[in-house]
Amino acid sequence: MISRMRKHHLFWPLCMLGLLLLFNLLYSPDFFSLVMREGNLYGSLIDILNFGAPLILVSIGMTLVIATGGIDLSVGSIVAISGAMACMTISKGTDQSSFWLVLSALALSIGLALVLGVWNGALVSVARIQPIIATLILMVAGRGIAQLITDGQIITVSNAQYQYIGAGSLAALPFSIFIVLTVLLIAVLLTRKTALGLFIESVGNNARASQLAGIRSKTVILAVYVFCGLCAGIAGLILSSNVSSADGNNAGLWYELDAILAVVIGGTSLNGGRFYLMGTVIGALIIQTLTTTIYMIGVPPEVTLVVKAFVVLAVCLIQSESFRKSMAVRLKKRKFPAEQGVNRHVS
Amino acid sequence: MYLNRKLLPVLVTFGLLAVMIAIGSFRYTGFFSTQVLFNLLIDNAFLIITAIGMTFVIVSGGIDLSVGSVIALTTIISASLVEKQGWPPTVVIPMVLVMGAVFGTVMGAIIYYFKIQPFIVTLAGMFLARGLCYVISTDTITITNSFYTDVAQAKIPLPGGSFVSINVIIALVVLLLAIFLAHYTRFGRNVYAIGGSEQSAMLMGLPVARTKILVYTLSGFCSALAGVVFTFYMLSGYGLHAMGLELDTIAAVVIGGTLLTGGVGYVAGTFLGVLIQGIIQTIISFEGTLSSWWTKIVIGLMLFVFILFQRLLSERRVSAKTLQ
Repeated sequence: MISRMRKHHLFWPLCMLGLLLLFNLLYSPDFFSLVMREGNLYGSLIDILNFGAPLILVSIGMTLVIATGGIDLSVGSIVAISGAMACMTISKGTDQSSFWLVLSALALSIGLALVLGVWNGALVSVARIQPIIATLILMVAGRGIAQLITDGQIITVSNAQYQYIGAGSLAALPFSIFIVLTVLLIAVLLTRKTALGLFIESVGNNARASQLAGIRSKTVILAVYVFCGLCAGIAGLILSSNVSSADGNNAGLWYELDAILAVVIGGTSLNGGRFYLMGTVIGALIIQTLTTTIYMIGVPPEVTLVVKAFVVLAVCLIQSESFRKSMAVRLKKRKFPAEQGVNRHVS
Repeated sequence: MYLNRKLLPVLVTFGLLAVMIAIGSFRYTGFFSTQVLFNLLIDNAFLIITAIGMTFVIVSGGIDLSVGSVIALTTIISASLVEKQGWPPTVVIPMVLVMGAVFGTVMGAIIYYFKIQPFIVTLAGMFLARGLCYVISTDTITITNSFYTDVAQAKIPLPGGSFVSINVIIALVVLLLAIFLAHYTRFGRNVYAIGGSEQSAMLMGLPVARTKILVYTLSGFCSALAGVVFTFYMLSGYGLHAMGLELDTIAAVVIGGTLLTGGVGYVAGTFLGVLIQGIIQTIISFEGTLSSWWTKIVIGLMLFVFILFQRLLSERRVSAKTLQ
């Protein structure tokens, strides 16, 4: 039973999250306490979910991109552009209470995020540029575009309807959680209840073979980048509406790295061909919990980077086949020295 | 003829650089002076050194995202050792150079022996180095040590009334050494061979393990040296120094005509790539009305054009091969 549990792909990520939460519980016993105030729930756990919402969204999109064997470095820039676009539209509006103003702002920034996703997808699938480099272009230029939209300033808006997206609450929980749940549900249904997930994994394993087998590899690749752009766009809206401002320079900074980290922790291999959406969500929660924990115990928050570095390295080493083999060989050597010569050649 | 095609991207870069200088000279008075050109070198000396290290990594088929963080780490270690601990610069500078090289070696060893993508290993290295900066200090440490200030303010006069800094001399020496290393040594040829096809290089009996690890060692060393130069340039150590420099570096290498798939590229091209970025910044500052974020957009666009251009070139090469 336990060995079967250990084989499950969510076992290690869940263990890690559990350990982190346990540490928090021991460090400050009221970590898990939830307070009901003015009809809303408050507490550290709710904070983790609320502040982690944009990261989870970006990571979901990133998971599908990585599953096709690609990578999207431009998500941080798309987050900044989408937030900047929405805040710019709202601040230019004449009637601040108008519902249509907010709606058009949302439509504009989501539309822009989709266009940027198409751009990335077209570069990778049609122009066949390496994903790292193709998305690097937008990562560099995107920050400039975001600053161009905001004119290099931090734009603040005071619009109650817009604030609701990132700071409002529904049924005593932050509204952003429901956005994340909706996107997650759509992604899970699309990939696990239709053949789309299979297509993505097949393209990730071997795009050429999939093409020969009748899958439109190019369309699949284009679609995942568009979806990733969409996720980053929504994340940008949540992030900017939570603080009611758009900062072209710092919004979504390092998001691409956190998202990749979340995906890798969740058990998705960077080589593509296999993905775990739930694993990614847990991975993103681990990162957010880690950040919250580091803030709480009073270590300078920048030290998070050192911790993250070791987490990335440890997870990658565990995923690396040659590392596992060399460890296994070392363990085996002691028990069965005769088996040494039988080890197959690893290319 | 074959050599010409490989040289073509470099020639295009060179032509573009000449056109940009020409446009600048016609549009702005005072643009075409030797000092403006030498200022390009003075302001970008550290970028030249970093990009040279990156060229070797990219030619070998890898990538190094840790360069910016290693520069920041070097500045802050130098500053804190010299200013707070009172160590002499003659000890500190060799020490940080060794540290950078070791940092690169460790990353290279992990990449080679555990077959993890260079992208993710150097990403971890980037986090680690940036985080270590903040462990040492979260504030700027200003350097007042006389050795550092003397080097920073030294002006080497050139005929014609212009001058360069010691940093430029260091960068140019590194450039010459790198050209020698890439084209006239066994190590250089091995790097090109591995970038062309690692499998073939292994079957030919080339020392793949040693070369791959050495490439990252070289990049780590170059980043640390760029960090030392950057310390001279800024006269301070700070964890936020050289933020996002890895992108500028990769952009310079690509614009300089190095193929991102590895195997093709010139160190001299990278030098031109850095100069083009410098020229864009100079033109934007001369223009006055354009904001600095246009630099990013223009560099992004140029990256796009150059990558597409490379794509077309390599496709034509493939079709030419199949025709034969």
